[in-house]
This record gives sequence, structure tokens and C-alpha cells, in this order.
Amino acid sequence: MKKSVIFGALTVAGLAAGAAAAGTLDDVKARGTMNCGVTTGLAGFAAPDANGVWEGFDVSVCRAVAAAVLGDATAVEFVPTTGKTRFTALASGEIDMLARNTTWTFSRDVDLKFTFVGVNYYDGQGFMVPSELGVSSAKELDGATVCIQTGTTTELNLADFFRANNISYEPVPIETNAEAQQQYLAGACDVYTTDASGLAATRATFEDPTAHVLLPEIISKEPLGPLVRHGDNEWGDVVRWTLNALITAEELGVTSANLAEMSGGSANPEINRLLGTEGSLGEMLGLDAEWAKRAIAAGGNYGEVFEKNIGENTPIALSRGLNAQWTDGGLLYSPPFR
Amino acid sequence: MTTMTDPPRASFRLSMLLNDTRYRSYTFQAIALLVLIVAFAYLGNNLLTNLSAAGLNIAYDFLDAPAGYDINQRLIEYDSQSSNARAAIVGILNTLLVAFLACVTATVLGVIAGVLRLSKNWLVSKLMAVYVEIFRNIPVLIWIVIIFTIMIAVLPGPREFRGDGATASMVLGSFAFTNRGIYIPAPVWGPGSMMVVITFIASLIGVFAYRRYAKNLLYSTGRLLPMGWPSLAIFFVPSIVMFFIMGQPIGLDIPELKGFNFKGGIKIGGPLIALWIALSVYTGAFIAENVRAGIQAVSKGQTEAAGALGLRPGRIMNLVVLPQALRVIIPPLISQYLNITKNSSLAIAVGYADVTATLGGITLNQTGRAIECVVLLMLFYLTISLSISFIMNIYNNSVKLKER
Repeated sequence: MKKSVIFGALTVAGLAAGAAAAGTLDDVKARGTMNCGVTTGLAGFAAPDANGVWEGFDVSVCRAVAAAVLGDATAVEFVPTTGKTRFTALASGEIDMLARNTTWTFSRDVDLKFTFVGVNYYDGQGFMVPSELGVSSAKELDGATVCIQTGTTTELNLADFFRANNISYEPVPIETNAEAQQQYLAGACDVYTTDASGLAATRATFEDPTAHVLLPEIISKEPLGPLVRHGDNEWGDVVRWTLNALITAEELGVTSANLAEMSGGSANPEINRLLGTEGSLGEMLGLDAEWAKRAIAAGGNYGEVFEKNIGENTPIALSRGLNAQWTDGGLLYSPPFR
Repeated sequence: MTTMTDPPRASFRLSMLLNDTRYRSYTFQAIALLVLIVAFAYLGNNLLTNLSAAGLNIAYDFLDAPAGYDINQRLIEYDSQSSNARAAIVGILNTLLVAFLACVTATVLGVIAGVLRLSKNWLVSKLMAVYVEIFRNIPVLIWIVIIFTIMIAVLPGPREFRGDGATASMVLGSFAFTNRGIYIPAPVWGPGSMMVVITFIASLIGVFAYRRYAKNLLYSTGRLLPMGWPSLAIFFVPSIVMFFIMGQPIGLDIPELKGFNFKGGIKIGGPLIALWIALSVYTGAFIAENVRAGIQAVSKGQTEAAGALGLRPGRIMNLVVLPQALRVIIPPLISQYLNITKNSSLAIAVGYADVTATLGGITLNQTGRAIECVVLLMLFYLTISLSISFIMNIYNNSVKLKER
């Protein structure tokens, strides 16, 4: 009663900030599907394909969690959110987790009361300009008109960058990536700025991607990762360790191809613990022993997900860079499964 | 001995609250009011307890913190280090600017379309009918987006003005129509320009004085002085003469292509233009219908009587029909003005920095203070709407039928 009343009251105020429901894990199991907040469409990260099936890098995280919890990678309701609606959607309980290239920042974590469970993509803010402008550095952009996707950390980084370099610019705030793309291509702005991965994804959808260059400057740290509500640690653990399972699987060489073979038992005890043939990690998490196996089977390990959606052989063509395993000089470093 | 019996005094008994029709309605109203108060108190209390349980404290400290973002169109000084409160004020002024511009043009458009829709000319009246039906039956957001899209697609980018192979050129050498906005020359005030401005204001007063004089002369003697060309002459000639006497003190700062954009002059941003046009043509269609209703509410006898007195059609409309029609037109016009103001909150669709985009958009996003920002927004729109209503009601009272 109390809860339904507060929802009513908040709706009256035009808001959807609700109290966190306890036990998201149980809710999801009871419901049989998981609600996952994604972007409204960003090629490679989250976009529906020709048949309306969502796919992409962020989508794979949702699918892995659904596979781990419900045993079915397709039991996900994808809720498209904009930069503006994503946090209220999560806070109100409309979605169970948010995987929407969202930057992990102090204020989002602490002040907005969310828990970032990890980083699935280390990004930074970059600039894209048409090559015909002959610009080779962001410091040459004095006086340029810059399209920004609004409701992101991008606006603040941009203001800081231009102020630090003492050059002027004219911001054009845009609500969605699609509109920004349209304005940029029509020449209504000289520069488009957002996370470098997003720029690469956007450029891949252009008619002539080679006519546009990404400038070398990366002006911010943007660790993107999935997040859940504060205060529901069991659910947070499930999402966190599903992500870690994908990363660890790559580190240990467990792929969707050799998964069946590996789960028959292997010489490496950590692989055995990960895949549930040894120990009781799944039980501690409130799931069964094969949770991680299903998560990996859903779309492969982290490396496979990366290569399939945004890797160098896809139109997005992102190199691993910072997102390589720590053993390969990258930043991906999962805590041990033990 | 006279027996005087007073009529029985109806003493009030508690049961009368239910049984007596005189009191019964009060009873129920009181009960309903009580229930309403209790319900709202319960909801409010619930909201507060649950907000504090969720750890969401309502605080307005963020208004003093630096906003951290830049705004492209600002009527007052603002940079990224200004406070969130100042960003909100920049947004408020932008909202008021576009609302004011759109109210003026929508009224002009609406009156013209409304009058023409009643024209006896078949083509004109049907064209106006098509305008009204198309514009008021498609949501305004779609008009805003489509007008903006057409604008950025059709108008050339600043790049196309560059070099020898330029595919676009400035109109009259000083106006640049680009897909980022329209650049017009800005006046540069030299020494002595004050005199020109004073002369201009004086001639403005002169025009009004002349028209008043002509009107009084018409009423008192029946002599009709020409209105059009003397007004124009009083308006322009003294200022121009003074301009040359003072040695042309007012120069023009003509926009010039420098770097990525045009520099100098005044820029009217593309988003402002798109929003302004969209709100004007959309609401203009509604106002046209109000005007048509108002005119049709004036009985035909008035027109015929005025015609019988020998007035020409233009004067019949201006002197007889429209003044009476205004009584019917003004009240719905008020709500159209309110609609324009509220619809201007769709500005973010084209990247116009109105108050919904600054306070309710970027500030809300960056601080995460959703409840506080939305409450402030509601207060702002409520205040501004009530103010418009108040002012328009004063005007309405001045034109409505005076019954004595």
C-alpha cells in the first residue's frame, strides 16, 4: 500500500524516482524476464537488427546476465533509454540493470545512489571532423560549432577542454545520436563530440566513413559499465560477477567453442570453479553451479563479444587498446574466482 | 388581552445537518474537504518519509555550484563557470524571448489567416482553410523538427561561402543565410549616435501625436487627413537628416567568414528561427480559427449597416467588425499565448537552450537533482502562465462590452 501510494504521488510530480525494491534477483526470477536499459540505438553497442532482435556489445552483457540468472539469454526485455531518462528508469525500478555506455563517475555512484558493478569498456571523449576541413588537432578548433549529445558527461569535459586551452566554441546540444549525426552531416556543426567508441560507431554508419576523421585528442576518462541500484547487493553481485566471468573466461582461454570440453573438467582449478565443476560459487551467488557457463555460452567470453560487435573486423573497427586483458597490456583485470 | 404568539423559532438541532436541505450540502462539502485534506496530508507525508528512506534529501545547494557547461545562445553574460542558477536564468530569458516573438508573429499570422478565410475569393479562402487544417492537425513537435530539418538541409553551411568556388554568397553582401543561423549586420554606435537615437524616438512620438491630431480633427470637424505617407515621412525623414548632420555616426558591423563560422554582426541562431517559425505557424492556425469565430459572431447587420453608411470594406473590417469581434477573440487568444509559452519547452528537440533544456535538461542530468529541478520548472511555468493570463485579462476587461 505504502509503495503504491508513493509511486502515485511521484507520478503526480512528473517523476519516476521510486524506492528501491528489495530483492531484484527474486523479482527477476519470479518474473521470468529481466528488464535491461540500453541506448535508443547505437550501432555495435545496442541496436535492433533487421528482425528487431537487439544486439551489440552492451546488449551482450544483458544477455549474459539473463542466461546466468534465468538460463535463457533471450529472456530480456530491452528498454531503450535516452541520456536523460536512463537514471530515473533505473532508480524507479522500471529496469533491473542499465547497460548503456554510462560513465562511472563519483557523483553518479555516490549522489545518485547507483552501484557501478565494473567497467566493460574503457573509453574517452574524442572529436570527429570532416577530413576536408584539414584539422589535425582539437586545439585548432577555435570558433568551431560543436554538436554534443546532451545529458552526458561530454558537455562538462568539452567546456573544461576549451577553457583549459583558452579557445572558443559554440555548443549545439542534441538529444539523440541520430539527430546529432544528421546535423553533423548537413554541416550545421563542424565537429561532433562524444565518447570515441560512439564516434567510431556513428562513423561506421556513414555513407563514406573515410571522409571523416577522429582527432587524436582524447580529452577525458570514460569508464563505461553496467550499473544497478544502490542497496541491493545480491543483485549487484550477480551482475558484477557475470561481467567478471566473461572477462576471466577470456583470460583463462575459455571460449564458447571449447566451453563444453572445458566444463568436463580441466587441469586449471580456477576454470573448474568458474564453470561450476568445483566449489560452490554459484550457490553463494544464489544461482546454480552452471551460471557462468551459461553466461559464457550466451555470446562467448569478453574477447569474443568484443570482436563480434565492435572489433576490428566489424564496421565499427575499434582496436582493443585499453580494453585488452591486463596480461596483454590492457586494463581488464578481473578479481579471481575463488 | 391579546395573545401574541411568536412563530416558533427554528432552533438549530444537530440532526438538521442531515435532515434539513438548507444545511445538508454544507455537511457534505465539509466532509469532502476534510477527506481531501487528510488524503493530501497522507500523500505528502508518505512522499517525505519515502524520500528520506531512499536517502533522497531535497536540497537546493546545487543552484550555487558552477554549472560547468556552455550555452550557445545567451542574452546575459554566462560562461561555464557561472552557477546553475545563472544557467537557469539564461534559459528563462531564452524561453521568454522565443515565446514573445512567437506570440507576436502567431497573432499577426492568425488574424490575417482568419480574416482571409472569410474572404469571398474562393481560392484565398480555401488556401487559408488548407493552412489551418494542415498546421493545427499535426503535432507541434513534428513541425519544429521538420522545419529545422528543412532549414539545415536547404540552407548552405558556412563552408560553402568560402574560397573562389563558393557555392553560396551573402545576400546584399551583408546578410548570410546559413544552416547555423542568419547573420545580419550589427550597428556600431559612434560618437554622436545618441542624437540620432533621440531624434528617432522623438519622431516616433511625433507619429503618434500626428495620428491623434488627425483623429481628433476627424471627429470634431469631419475633415479626413491623409494618414499613411505623413506617418512614414515623420518616421523616417528626421532620423535620416540627423544621421547625415552628425556625420554618419552609426556604422555597420558586417558579418564576415572567419575560421569555422561567420564572425561579427548579429547571429540569429537556427534553432531559434526554427522554433519561432514552428510555434508561430502552428499556433497561428488556432488563432485564425478564433478570429474567424469572433468575426462570425458579429451579426451581419453590422456589416450591412456600415456598408449602407458608405464605408469601404477595409474600414468596415477595421472600424466596425474587428473591434466587436475582439470581445470574442481575446479569451481563447489568452490560452493560445499560454500554449505557445508551454510549447516552447519542446525547444530541446532542435537544441535551443530554453529553461527546460538548461535547468530541466543539462543541470538536472549533471546534478541528478530531478525533483528539485522539476519543481523549479513547474513554478516557473506556473508563474509565467499566470502572469500572461493576468495581463491579458486586464486587456480583455478593457475591450469587453461595457454594460451600464
